[in-house]
Amino acid sequence: MNGRWGGRLGVGLLVAAVLLPVLPLVVWSAAGTWRYPDVVPGRLTRRGLDLVLDGEVVSATATSLLIAVTVAALACAIGLSAGRAIGLYRFRGRRLVQFLLLAPVIVPGLAVTLGIQVFFVRYGLADTVLGVVLVQLMPTVPYAATLLGAAYANLDVDYERQARTLGSGPLRTFLTVTVPLLRPALVTTALLTFLISWSEYILTLLIGGGQVTTLPLLLFAAIGSADRTAAAALGLLVVLPPVLIVLLVARRLRGRDDAWMGLARG
Amino acid sequence: MSQPVVSTGPTTRQHAVRRGVPERLRPLLLLSPALLVVGVFFVGGVAQAVLQSLGRQPFLGQTDWSFDAYRATFADPAFRASLTLTLRVVVLSTGLATVLGVAVALLVRRHARGPLTTLLQSTLAVPHLVGALCIGLLLSPSGFASRLGTGAGLVDGPQDFPVLTNDAFGWGIIAEYTWKEAPFVAVVALASMTPHVRDLEGAARVLGAGRWRRFTSVTLPLIAPPVAAASVLVASFAAASYEVPRLLGQSFPATLPVVALQRYQDTDLLVRPQAMAVATIIAVLSLVLVAAYLTLVSRLSRRSL
Repeated sequence: MNGRWGGRLGVGLLVAAVLLPVLPLVVWSAAGTWRYPDVVPGRLTRRGLDLVLDGEVVSATATSLLIAVTVAALACAIGLSAGRAIGLYRFRGRRLVQFLLLAPVIVPGLAVTLGIQVFFVRYGLADTVLGVVLVQLMPTVPYAATLLGAAYANLDVDYERQARTLGSGPLRTFLTVTVPLLRPALVTTALLTFLISWSEYILTLLIGGGQVTTLPLLLFAAIGSADRTAAAALGLLVVLPPVLIVLLVARRLRGRDDAWMGLARG
Repeated sequence: MSQPVVSTGPTTRQHAVRRGVPERLRPLLLLSPALLVVGVFFVGGVAQAVLQSLGRQPFLGQTDWSFDAYRATFADPAFRASLTLTLRVVVLSTGLATVLGVAVALLVRRHARGPLTTLLQSTLAVPHLVGALCIGLLLSPSGFASRLGTGAGLVDGPQDFPVLTNDAFGWGIIAEYTWKEAPFVAVVALASMTPHVRDLEGAARVLGAGRWRRFTSVTLPLIAPPVAAASVLVASFAAASYEVPRLLGQSFPATLPVVALQRYQDTDLLVRPQAMAVATIIAVLSLVLVAAYLTLVSRLSRRSL
């Protein structure tokens, strides 16, 4: 009996600890005036909502979406190719490849990107969406390759062979046999690489130079300002898609720690 | 020397001949786009940081090799203060996240596993930038915690509330990392608490082991490798991430990533090699942690075989 109450208390504490920091974010996004030391705001406002629908935020949302969708698509394409090698072949240097594909996921981008920023400037890629997409491939491609490599390892290659024996060409076999078989892993990979790109701040700042304005850049500026309502409203806008995505893919990922690895980086 | 894991037969050879790519070159070909990305951006980035820290500045015509940047960096008391702060943040965040994460996993396993796991997983999705905002709104002198404290009569006003954000110790940064990363450790720990672990715990109980004994002699050794691997990830992230210490810490002393960017953005280009020296130190620190992670993972897979 005692243990059960202790457990309930523990669960209550856990839920409170996880949700407590989110509570002021939600309340501030709708708070018109919230004077100290009031625990609830004096007046509610829809200013936060107006701000999120404002031209600058809408265009930053569009930029963020464009970059994240492009990055996810490219990472999946490159990851499909690399994943096939990792999942289906044993070859010399496999461990080195594994290390190379793991390091960029773990080593955060700042230290690495400072050194190559000057080359982005030199080749006209700095301050452009293309440059930001390219630099964001660094954290996403290795992650996609790892996830899709695991999917390829579970792929029954006999299906591909049967299609080939029946006269299907390599491209057709890939599109009508391989891709449908890998579909669940592909969807997960696309969503999670989208999420990494959507949350990225420092790489976008370094290569985009403040000219490519994504939502995290606007949010960072808003946090620095005194306008807590604006910062909270933008914060909610940034946090909602990732949470929805994770709720969507959570069931597929249960028990896969390599998939969660990338999520801890945002 | 490559061969497919699956059985090789005439069919495979036929394909190879038809496509004109020798079988043993196929993995290399398939890997080349990914290796190009990693090679150019990651390996190239680390190499450039190292070269530029040694005094080589591309496009500026400076080609003298020297350790001046490292000498200047290590001689700077500001850098030493940053290093101390960074190590303190890394050790405390990683320690707290690991202990709390394992405790949470044990709790969640016994009670309402489904909904609580979903709650933990959604926390993982929160970008650290938003996490920093949340912790700021909660712990700043006029934040939500301070208001609750005043309401309960524990605090007399913003001045009376302990300084937990933009403080010299780094409490705000540690709070954010712990809040975000403890659920990560918990999710990994939960994933490793398989039915097999439960069977062994049951066997230990039958043999008379108490709850604490079962935890220390059965559960902990079994979940230790993945949990340790997760901790390594947390540590490397805490050592090298920028947004959180920039928003929740002070500008002096700041953590190493913040110092690296400060020096990089210095208008004096002669300070740039020092920025690269700090970047190199961060990269080396993280790569050491990657190697530790790989060792742990390979030990883990050997054990499960």
